[in-house]
Amino acid sequence: MSAVSTASELLAVMAARQLRDDTTVFAGVGIPLLAAALAQQRHAPRLTMVIEGGIVGPRIRPGRLPISTNEMRAGHLAQALPGITDLFLLAQRGFLDVGFMGGAQIDRHGNVNTTVIGDYHRPTVRLPGTGGANDIASLCREVIIVTPHERRRFVERVDFVTSPGWLDGDGSRARAGLRFGGVTRVVTTLGILGFDPETRAMRIEALHPGVTLDQLRAATGFPLLTAARVATTDPPTPEELDILRALDPDRRFTA
Amino acid sequence: MGGPDLKPAEHDFTAARRRLEAKAKSAGEKLTSLEDAACRVRDGDIVAGGGCLFSRTALALVREVLRQRRRGLTLVRNLMCTEGEWMMAAGAVERVVTAWMSIGLPWGVSRVMREHVEAGKVAFEEWSHLALGLRFRAAAMGVPFLPALTMAGSDLAATVGLKTVEDPYTGERLPAVPALFPDVALIHVHRADRFGNCQIDGYPHMDADIARAAATVLVTAEEIVPEEQIRAQADRTVIPGFLVDALAHVPWGAYPHECYGLYEADFEHFEEYTAAIATRGAAAMEDYLARYVFAPPTFTEYLDLFGGERLARQRRYARELTA
Repeated sequence: MSAVSTASELLAVMAARQLRDDTTVFAGVGIPLLAAALAQQRHAPRLTMVIEGGIVGPRIRPGRLPISTNEMRAGHLAQALPGITDLFLLAQRGFLDVGFMGGAQIDRHGNVNTTVIGDYHRPTVRLPGTGGANDIASLCREVIIVTPHERRRFVERVDFVTSPGWLDGDGSRARAGLRFGGVTRVVTTLGILGFDPETRAMRIEALHPGVTLDQLRAATGFPLLTAARVATTDPPTPEELDILRALDPDRRFTA
Repeated sequence: MGGPDLKPAEHDFTAARRRLEAKAKSAGEKLTSLEDAACRVRDGDIVAGGGCLFSRTALALVREVLRQRRRGLTLVRNLMCTEGEWMMAAGAVERVVTAWMSIGLPWGVSRVMREHVEAGKVAFEEWSHLALGLRFRAAAMGVPFLPALTMAGSDLAATVGLKTVEDPYTGERLPAVPALFPDVALIHVHRADRFGNCQIDGYPHMDADIARAAATVLVTAEEIVPEEQIRAQADRTVIPGFLVDALAHVPWGAYPHECYGLYEADFEHFEEYTAAIATRGAAAMEDYLARYVFAPPTFTEYLDLFGGERLARQRRYARELTA
């Protein structure tokens, strides 16, 4: 099979590599779910995936990938089905190491908007809403944002903070009463970003093969910091792509 | 516009407790018709829906509520799907309280929701998924609020008027998620006996909490089983009968949404439904309601619109996933 990956496959591979063995991950449907399943099959067999519908440790059935986090496909051969509230309470207790998130808008401090474009009470576009994203952002030990890299998504300041990242940076997250967690990485189709440890402003940490700094900056609606050393990621391997393509043979999520 | 949406009556635990104390909590017969069960919903009620998104939605009850032309409802459901769109388009709801509303990943943002909310016809009150779960949990516990670590620092907290509480032991401040006591709960379960003792397979969602939080509980069941069958597996009973006010036997009562282990959601139907709305907008929604909600007088005749072959296929899909 071809080792040339689509943008979605690249995203799933790079997200999967962020996950460590012997940890837990809160994964949504689509790319995050594929990334978690890929990590389990490749390098993290003792990774436990939980899904918002109240699902612990499912085995994703190839070709029957779930469309929502609370339908039968998402819980295929699960180890436990504790229910939605109790699943989130596992995160509140501190059992969830990583939470994957996406979003319509992401700003320089890693805040995410999935609520409205424009004013909350008179929206230009009313979006579906937080779902569990606010909870994942508030309760997991660390949050990794996984998203296509587009200028309209990467904005200076989100119209609405649905899911708090570092808020305004400089300790404002802790001052707002968020004692735990925070966004550590933003994995995109162009590279991997992180945050300055002091100001919590977004910075470039790695570029995917063939992507330039200028290209990534041009696709971002605010000035980015640059880490002291910007790495280049290794391209997806045939093994990684084979696993993904076996999970999603109809290419519903990885086309 | 612009003020916090929090309604004190929703989290008044004393009033909610008095209301429950005044109500009959019978161990008697609960089985009745779908029409009779649904007529307990009144105009202006806060209606909580069980299930989640397109899983175990009490769709037969929702359909009947719309047929009875209820108005001014508040629909509370953690994640909303086509049932929310039906209620908006039929003019039954003036407010939704939810964490998320659309249909599912492949179909993008709900067009019906956008039209109603952006035009100000329906108020959209947004809580995080856990916060909404804790609102039902607090009500199920009979307390006015629960401390939590979620929603702090977000704009969601400000828009709903979420308050904080001081931990009397450490002095730290925590979000205080208010209880939500619905007037009526609409719940679909796998099986119940005629006294309303209910068992659910697979995903429990928030139904057990919702049944304890609401003043009136209406249930539809895929199967009505002998009392002895419930007693033989009492550990599986998640809603005891004395919580239930009315029960109706409605096989396929969540269709085209899913019921764990029994039938998978009909994604082809969602596809046709969303394609029609994308092409023809409000007119398509109106036609859909006429065809699926208002024309068929019974739920059986509604199911005939899908046909037995389709239902059998969806049953087979469910078995493949859960066997």
